[in-house]
Amino acid sequence: MKEVIEHLQTITFTMGDSVLELSYLIAAIFFVFGLKMLSHPESARKGNILAASGMLLAIVTTILFHETNGEPIKNIGLIIIAIAIGTILGWLIAKKVKMTAMPQLVSFFNGMGGAAAALIAIIEFPRMAPELIETQGMLNGQAISILLGLAIGGVSFSGSMVAFGKLAEKIGDPKLKFMRIINLAFLIGLLAFIVIILAQGHTQPREIIWMAYVLLGVSLLYGITFVLPIGGADMPVVISLLNAFTGVTAAMTGFLYHNQAMLIGGILVGSAGMILTLLMCKAMNRSLLNVILGAFGGGGAAAAHHEAGSVREITVSDAAILLSYSQKVVIVPGYGLAVAQAQHICYEMEKMLEEKGVDVRYAIHPVAGRMPGHMNVLLAEADVSYEKLIESDQINDDLPNVDVVVVIGANDVVNPAAMDDPSSPIYGMPVVKVWEAKNVIVMKRGMGKGYAAIENFLFFNPKTRMLFGHAKQSIQKLIEEIKSL
Amino acid sequence: MQSILEFFFIHKEAIFIIALSVFLGIEVISNVPAILHTPLMSGANALSGVVIIGAIIVMGHAQSTGALILGFIGVILGTLNVVGGFAVTDRMLDMFKKKPKKS
Repeated sequence: MKEVIEHLQTITFTMGDSVLELSYLIAAIFFVFGLKMLSHPESARKGNILAASGMLLAIVTTILFHETNGEPIKNIGLIIIAIAIGTILGWLIAKKVKMTAMPQLVSFFNGMGGAAAALIAIIEFPRMAPELIETQGMLNGQAISILLGLAIGGVSFSGSMVAFGKLAEKIGDPKLKFMRIINLAFLIGLLAFIVIILAQGHTQPREIIWMAYVLLGVSLLYGITFVLPIGGADMPVVISLLNAFTGVTAAMTGFLYHNQAMLIGGILVGSAGMILTLLMCKAMNRSLLNVILGAFGGGGAAAAHHEAGSVREITVSDAAILLSYSQKVVIVPGYGLAVAQAQHICYEMEKMLEEKGVDVRYAIHPVAGRMPGHMNVLLAEADVSYEKLIESDQINDDLPNVDVVVVIGANDVVNPAAMDDPSSPIYGMPVVKVWEAKNVIVMKRGMGKGYAAIENFLFFNPKTRMLFGHAKQSIQKLIEEIKSL
Repeated sequence: MQSILEFFFIHKEAIFIIALSVFLGIEVISNVPAILHTPLMSGANALSGVVIIGAIIVMGHAQSTGALILGFIGVILGTLNVVGGFAVTDRMLDMFKKKPKKS
């Protein structure tokens, strides 16, 4: 008991400090509840606001009460200016961007967080506590958290930027066979360099700051070579993974500053992001390692031994008649629908068919669009009711009873090769078994391959009829025809 | 071995928090329906902008102009991540909310 009292007396107690720590505790609780609520449809929006208020609280109290060795925060004016600039820019970008561009936007914002973490690490590296170096050398907690924050932050930044470029279709998928070797070399080099810096012993960090810059450079390069060869279809998994990385760097920074809010927030994002990444891999029936190492988008030759049959087209009026006199119609939307901005007009067609007594549902593949759940967001934007969106697993059993399946701008998620062609790169991926329905109409711009660049033999199936053209215009024409029936 | 134990002892609080937060993150996320993957990823992404607190601390205790400038950029980037992330998540979730009544 006496020891406890003595211990308490040695703690210098200040009002500001305890308010700050208390606010961090509240912020951390808000983060946890926010994430929890975000994973339920009814409470998701409140959860987002709750997490945001936790963040606001942590930021405000940090500015007001944070002290280092008894010194309060300086440069408050400049800090507020920086926050104002970031707020206005972030708000404008978030409000202006099209819903179809959502995945690359998340990637972009994620890169910003990674860059901020890397910057902090670069600033803190030469300022490492001298007494720590004296007693423990470079191998100390501060150095480890700074170097990890620097390396992971750098990878997260440049990787996110490449993912952003790929999703915005500014960067292609270079097919370089030696990429894997380069990647492995970079990764080993990165880890080895961290160990080398930590093994520097009792040196002044100021004198080896060039090593920190080299580490930053290597991590930036590794981020690029890491994401560059990964196929476009796998980009969601990569973004989620990079998101987890940014969380870990935030946690490293929190470790460095003994800052509980950053530590808990960062680790939460890290582990939740990792789980989300694995869930996405599961939706595609592939392992994470396979995603990272395998050049998924490249397998063009795999299905080449199949004999391509003939493709049959359907006229708009035939399609309109087929749809109007059906009982059950299932629409399979893909990214093509989103690109053509056809989700609103698709909803119009749904309403029109329903007026005629047709039962219309949507089959949503987990990775339809460019991100899991992306298609739900896009269709929700067009007012399509929630109950009509059926996950592909649930609708597959019912497909033989469906009269017409309309595939709009989807390709890989309805590819039979995933079921019957072991040589196909997407073999084993769960797909919507549209070929089990009585009729299939595929709306497509042309005979081009999907995002994963794989031939789709659904198009040559005797049940399939193609309706070529821009999705929006095709549906528009269909609506006119259905109206006039 | 000694140094590892020592390291653990010095940083025991942080290590405890890290270990428990990992499980918390896994626990909180499991059971999320696929439709919410995108908003959840976006929300988690906004949360990773918590690094902004570090950038504020750097700026607030900057001893050189260089650190101040880098900190300034850091705060802007961090704010972009936080504000943009939360705003875009809200915009996505807003669309789920309005379900037209079926007659």
